[in-house]
Amino acid sequence: MLAMLSDQPLLAALTALLGLGATFGALLGFAAIRFRVEGNPISEQINALLPQTQCGQCGYPGCRPYSEAIADGDSINKCPPGGEETIQALADLLDVEPQPLDAEHGVEKEPVVAWIREDECIGCTKCIQACPVDAILGAAKVMHTVIADECTGCDLCIEPCPVDCIDLIPRKEGISFWHWSLPEDRASRYDVIATDAATRDAA
Amino acid sequence: MRTIHDIHGGIHPPERKALSRPGDLQNAPIPPVLVLPVRQHLGVPALPIVAVGDTVLGGQVLAEAQGVMSVPVHAPSSGTVVAIESRPIAHASGLADQCIVIQTDGEDHWLAFEGVTSWRERDPATLVERIREAGIAGLGGAGFPTAVKLSPGPTRPIETLLVNGTECEPYITADDTLMQCRADELVEGAHILAHILSADSILIGIEDNKPDAIARVQAAISRAGVDVELATFPTKYPSGGEKQIIEILTGQQVPSGGIPADIGIVCVNPGTAVATQQAIVDGKPLTHRIVTLTGEALAAPQNVTACLGTPITQLLEHAELSVDGQQRIIHGGPMMGFAVSDLNAPITKITNCLLAPTATELPLPDPAQPCIRCGHCAEACPASLLPQQLYWYARAKDQEQLAEHRLFDCIECGACAYVCPSQIPLVQYYRAAKGQIRDSEQEKRRSDNSRERFEARQARLEAETAAREAKRAARKAAAQSQAAENGSDPIQEAIERAKARKAEQEANP
Repeated sequence: MLAMLSDQPLLAALTALLGLGATFGALLGFAAIRFRVEGNPISEQINALLPQTQCGQCGYPGCRPYSEAIADGDSINKCPPGGEETIQALADLLDVEPQPLDAEHGVEKEPVVAWIREDECIGCTKCIQACPVDAILGAAKVMHTVIADECTGCDLCIEPCPVDCIDLIPRKEGISFWHWSLPEDRASRYDVIATDAATRDAA
Repeated sequence: MRTIHDIHGGIHPPERKALSRPGDLQNAPIPPVLVLPVRQHLGVPALPIVAVGDTVLGGQVLAEAQGVMSVPVHAPSSGTVVAIESRPIAHASGLADQCIVIQTDGEDHWLAFEGVTSWRERDPATLVERIREAGIAGLGGAGFPTAVKLSPGPTRPIETLLVNGTECEPYITADDTLMQCRADELVEGAHILAHILSADSILIGIEDNKPDAIARVQAAISRAGVDVELATFPTKYPSGGEKQIIEILTGQQVPSGGIPADIGIVCVNPGTAVATQQAIVDGKPLTHRIVTLTGEALAAPQNVTACLGTPITQLLEHAELSVDGQQRIIHGGPMMGFAVSDLNAPITKITNCLLAPTATELPLPDPAQPCIRCGHCAEACPASLLPQQLYWYARAKDQEQLAEHRLFDCIECGACAYVCPSQIPLVQYYRAAKGQIRDSEQEKRRSDNSRERFEARQARLEAETAAREAKRAARKAAAQSQAAENGSDPIQEAIERAKARKAEQEANP
């Protein structure tokens, strides 16, 4: 065998390469099975960045399906509740260019919560079935109410309500939600070149 | 003699403390209307328990605490509740908040209080409860509920009670005046607090620019014949920061993200100690506080004891505010205070000073210029942070780097902005960045919670569908097995029956 290999250097090289290929192939195959990751790790990471409103404005039935769609190559700008901030975070994660929010799916709004006008509620339970996060309490023919802390403001309960007794009210109002905002960037007001001011005033 | 340590950085702005004549304390008149915000402290707002039209006596509870991180609000004088509504309050946001409005009757009738003179024999827990019921929140400026501070838990044994009489901020002399006029109460109050905490030693720290206060407190200590250490140290801003005074007096640093109790120290403002003494010994709730009224726009700058809820305008009138040349009213001091947007706002438990400077005295800052990276801010920072880096990261909204550079160790003292040659409002950048970080943390918690609930619901719906399927399959299997046993198919039979009924109906319409 050795004698034949030394006589035939071409064959020796081929054998060596094939041997190496087979060994590493087997190793990789074993690793792929042994160290297999459950689920799709990228879609998990994307899902962690989505706001979990479960509103379906992106066209998918919830945040997880949208995260899977993004992992499969869908665009990252279909989430109005997340807004620019989420798009930026997704762009950073996936290393793609951030795009402006796709207006087709809605516009970015202040966070809201659903509020049932309780004396108008007829107790039909339709909103309870529509709520993606079980944030509405109630039973047939008795008044329902929203657990404000759990409500994501997805507005899925508005449409099914037969008496239109659900309002969306701003979630972050009042002094406890206030915080300082960044100072207005006044540096840009400086006219380094005198003609800058003239052009800006004309514009 | 205690070794006095130095802290990193710090500045020496003009003190201007003599302006308000520390040590001379007057009573402010009781205003015709008192406006009492339900949130005068850090934490959960108190819940009003009076109704519009109720007559109240001085010291009566108007709103009670909701939960642990909350304190009640009491009436500072007798009168009638005329409104419970949203009113402008003294807050940096300029927003309104819920207030209880009392029309005073001028009689100033008070509830009768019962104090405890033998507090040494009382159980600390009942004393803490009394302090909570008296509505005491830290009077230094943050308004942290004192009862919470006095319950550090069994894992944090307290060695030292530290009374922080530094009052390092320019202009303010409220604590100085309090230490001069209420020195005996201060010493007793400190003892009560130490008894509650089972602290071994009591330390009162006063900056050396208050010789009168030092003398009076020293005299009170000798009168009481007790073991209290009085330490003085050189004047520098911001030595009065909690973490700073601890380092100055003990050489120890409070761990980043920790509280003084982690190193066995509880630090209180002298006002809080006096309020504690009054709450325990006299049984009196916190309804008044000492406020410094100062600034060159006032003809009669002074320190007053004022009812909480007194509108700011009333106090400024009392101190003879001249309107011309005066540009803004600052709540707190010139370093850490904020401009009040509506002067009808009332003073609260955290109002230590109202500053009415003239336009020449404290001019509005010029527009910020670009950072020239001089590094003065890093030299001035008492927390040894890198203000310049924090500034760039705050502008870039880079939360990861802000956390890395310990943004939350910033005490917002304003030393960096004071020395900044470009007049960049650095502290506002840090406050905004802190707010944004807290916001996104809260949103993250919310979204994690929603995800869990959504997934739980999905799982439940799937389980319900699966259970229905299983039931149907079981029924079908039962029917088939019956058919196999009896040789008759129940489905076929049902179809036959239906056909027969239809035929019958057609036959006899």
